[in-house]
Amino acid sequence: MKIGIPKGLFYFKYYPLWKTFFEKLDCGVVTSPTNRKVLDSGVKLCADEACLPVKIYHGHVDSLNGKVDAIFIPRIVSIMKHEYTCPKFLGLPEMIKNSIKVTSRIIDTTVNLRGQHGDLFDFAMETGSIVTKDRYAIMNAFRDGLHEQHEFEKRLKECGDFESALKKDHDRNIPRPEKIAILGHPYVIYDSYINMDIAKKIQREGYSIITPQMIEDDIIRKYASKLPKRHFWTLGRENLGAGLSLLKCTDVKGIIYLSSFCCGIDSLMEDYLERQVARSSNMPYMKLVLDEHTGEAGFNTRLEAFLDMVRWREQNESNVSTHG
Amino acid sequence: MKVTFPHMGETYIALKGFFEDLGVDVVIPPECNKKTLQIGVKYSPETACLPLKVNIGNYVQSIENGADTIVITGSCGPCRFGYYGILEKEILRDMGYDVDMIVFDPPSEDIGRFISRIRKITNNKPVYKVADSLYKGYRIAKELDDMNKMMFAIRPREIKKGEVRRIYGEYQKEIEKAHGTREIFKVIDDNKKKLKDVRIDADRKVLKVGIIGEIYTVIEPFVNLYIEEKLGDMGVEVDRSMNVSEWIETNMFSKLLGFNSERDIDKAAENYLKTAIGGHAKQCIGNAVLYSRKGFDGLIQLLPFSCMPEIVASSILPSVSRNEKIPIMTLVLDELTGESGYITRLEAFVDMLGIRKETKVE
Ligand code: SF4
Ligand code: SF4
Repeated sequence: MKIGIPKGLFYFKYYPLWKTFFEKLDCGVVTSPTNRKVLDSGVKLCADEACLPVKIYHGHVDSLNGKVDAIFIPRIVSIMKHEYTCPKFLGLPEMIKNSIKVTSRIIDTTVNLRGQHGDLFDFAMETGSIVTKDRYAIMNAFRDGLHEQHEFEKRLKECGDFESALKKDHDRNIPRPEKIAILGHPYVIYDSYINMDIAKKIQREGYSIITPQMIEDDIIRKYASKLPKRHFWTLGRENLGAGLSLLKCTDVKGIIYLSSFCCGIDSLMEDYLERQVARSSNMPYMKLVLDEHTGEAGFNTRLEAFLDMVRWREQNESNVSTHG
Repeated sequence: MKVTFPHMGETYIALKGFFEDLGVDVVIPPECNKKTLQIGVKYSPETACLPLKVNIGNYVQSIENGADTIVITGSCGPCRFGYYGILEKEILRDMGYDVDMIVFDPPSEDIGRFISRIRKITNNKPVYKVADSLYKGYRIAKELDDMNKMMFAIRPREIKKGEVRRIYGEYQKEIEKAHGTREIFKVIDDNKKKLKDVRIDADRKVLKVGIIGEIYTVIEPFVNLYIEEKLGDMGVEVDRSMNVSEWIETNMFSKLLGFNSERDIDKAAENYLKTAIGGHAKQCIGNAVLYSRKGFDGLIQLLPFSCMPEIVASSILPSVSRNEKIPIMTLVLDELTGESGYITRLEAFVDMLGIRKETKVE
C-alpha cells in the first residue's frame, strides 16, 4: 500500500514516527515537495480566511491525490494532557474532504491525548489496522516509530534544522556563540519554503539559531507557567515558554517570531509574549507575518534591518557595560 | 466596587437585573458604537477576533464612566475565547487602566471557584439569594428571546412599515430606566403587549432565513450591522440559531448536571462533522441541517474575520447546502465591513431566495 503524507502541519513534528510506522508495516511512504504549484493549488482550494499552513496542506493533499492508495490526514486533537492543538487541526479532515475531491482513501484517525485515558497505542492500532490485521506487527512498528522519533528529536535539539535532523547529517560543530531565536509553529519555522529559508539567512550573517525544540521541556514549562491561566494550546505554550526563557540567556541576541497571517493562536499568544518582552527586557524582538503574498525582497529587507539593529545594540551595550 | 461587563446583544439586560437585585453597583457600557470599535481596533492585536476588539472598546467606555471591575465568562479551550480575559487585562494594563478582572469559567469546570467568585462580587450574599437572582436573570433572557421572536415574525408582516422599530425604540428608553428584575420584567411585558397589537398581514408570504455561525456575531447587532432588522425590512422572517437563554442553559445548567441539551443539534451535524472543534462550529453545521429540515428558505452564516472554528464550518457548509438543498451565504465580519456592500449582498441573496421559492411553487 502506498501512503501519502502531506508535507505540512504536523509533518514537521511527527514525520519520522509516521514514516517508520508505515514502512515497518510494508507500506511505501510518499511526500510531495513544497513549491509554487502546491501553494497555488492550496490557496485556490482552501477557504480564503484560513492560515497559510492550512492552505499549503490542502495543496499537498491535492498533489498526492490519486497518486497514492491512501493519504494520511490524522485528526490531531491533542498531543498533551489537558491541552489542544488548534480548532483547525480538530476539523482538518472535514476541511479537506469538503474542499477537495479526494479519490485516494483518507486515513483520518484521531490522536487525542487530552484526557486521562488518552492513549497513543489506540491511535496506532486503529491506524495500523487499516493496513494489516497483525496487531503484533502494528505494536512493533509503532515502537520502532517512537524510537526513530525520539532519536530525531534529539538531533533536532542539537541542530534546530528539520531537514538535517531528518537526514542525520546535522553538524554539531562550530556553533557560533551568538544566537538569534526563531519562534513559531514547527510547520512555519521548519518549512524553508514558507519561511524563505530564514535560518540559512541568519546563519550567513554570523549567528547560530535557536528554536523552541532546542530548549528543554521543563524549562519551557516553567516559563510558560507565568501565564496566569492553565495553558490549553500546546503550540502557544511552547512558544511562550521558549520566548520568556530566552530573555534570560545572554548569548541570545534577538528573537524573531514567525507567524502566519490569520493564525488565531499567534494573534493572542504572540501578542502576550511581545508585551512581556517589551515590559521586562530590552531584547530585540520582531514579529514577521507570512502569507501567500509575502514577497521575498520585502522579507529580506526586514530581516536585514533587524539584524543590523541587533548588531548596533550589541556594540552600544558592550560600551555601556565596560563603563558600568 | 463598580462592575461592568462586555456587551453581547441584550445580555446586558439580564445581567443588569441580576446584579441590581444583589445590590451590586453596575456600569452598563454605552451601546456599541463607532467609537467603541475604534478604541478596540486601535489597542487590540490586529488579527485578534472581532469580539475581543469590541470588548476592549466596551471596557474603556465603561471605565470612563467609573467602572473598576470587569466580569466576563471564560472557557478552557480550544478556542481563543478562553484566553480573552488574560489578554484583555494585558491590553488594559498597557493602556494604563488598572482594573480588576473576574473571569467566570463554566461552573462545570470548577464549581467551587465559580461560587467563590460570585461571592466576591456580591459581597458574600448568601448562596440561595445569588441562585435566586441568577435564575431571575435567566428568566429575563428567556423573555427577551421570546420578545425577539415576536419581532422577527411581525417585522416582515407589518401593515404599517416601521411599527416594530418605533415600539422597540420606546422600549429601549424604558429599559434604561428600569432597575432590578421586577421592573425589567414589567417593561418587557408591556413591550410584548404593544407588539401583540401591531396590525399584521397574516397571509403575506414571507421568506424564512436562519442565522447561523459564531455566537457573538449572531447575537450582537452592532457587529452584524443589525442584520435581523435589515432582513425583516426586506420582508424576511429571521430566526436566530443561538440566543442568550440557550447559552445560559447549556453552559450554566446542563453541563453542570452532565447532560447534553444540544443532542439534536449534535446528531444533525454528525454526518458532516463528528467532533466538536471549539467555538460553535458543530452547532453551526447541526443548525444548518435542522433549519433545512424545517423548511427554511435560506441560511446566512456569520463569522468574524479569522475565526478559527467557523472557517472549518464554512468549508463544510457548501456540502451541507448541496445535500440538504438549502442556499447558504457566508458573511465575514470585521471592522472594515461596509454598510452598502453588505446590504447589496443581503438583497441579492434575498432576491435569489424569492425567485427560487417561486419557481419551486410553480
Ligand atoms: S495554530 Fe495557527 S497556523 Fe496553525 S493551524 Fe491553527 S491557526 Fe493555522
Ligand atoms: S469562536 Fe471565533 S470569534 Fe470566538 S474566540 Fe474563537 S476565533 Fe474568536
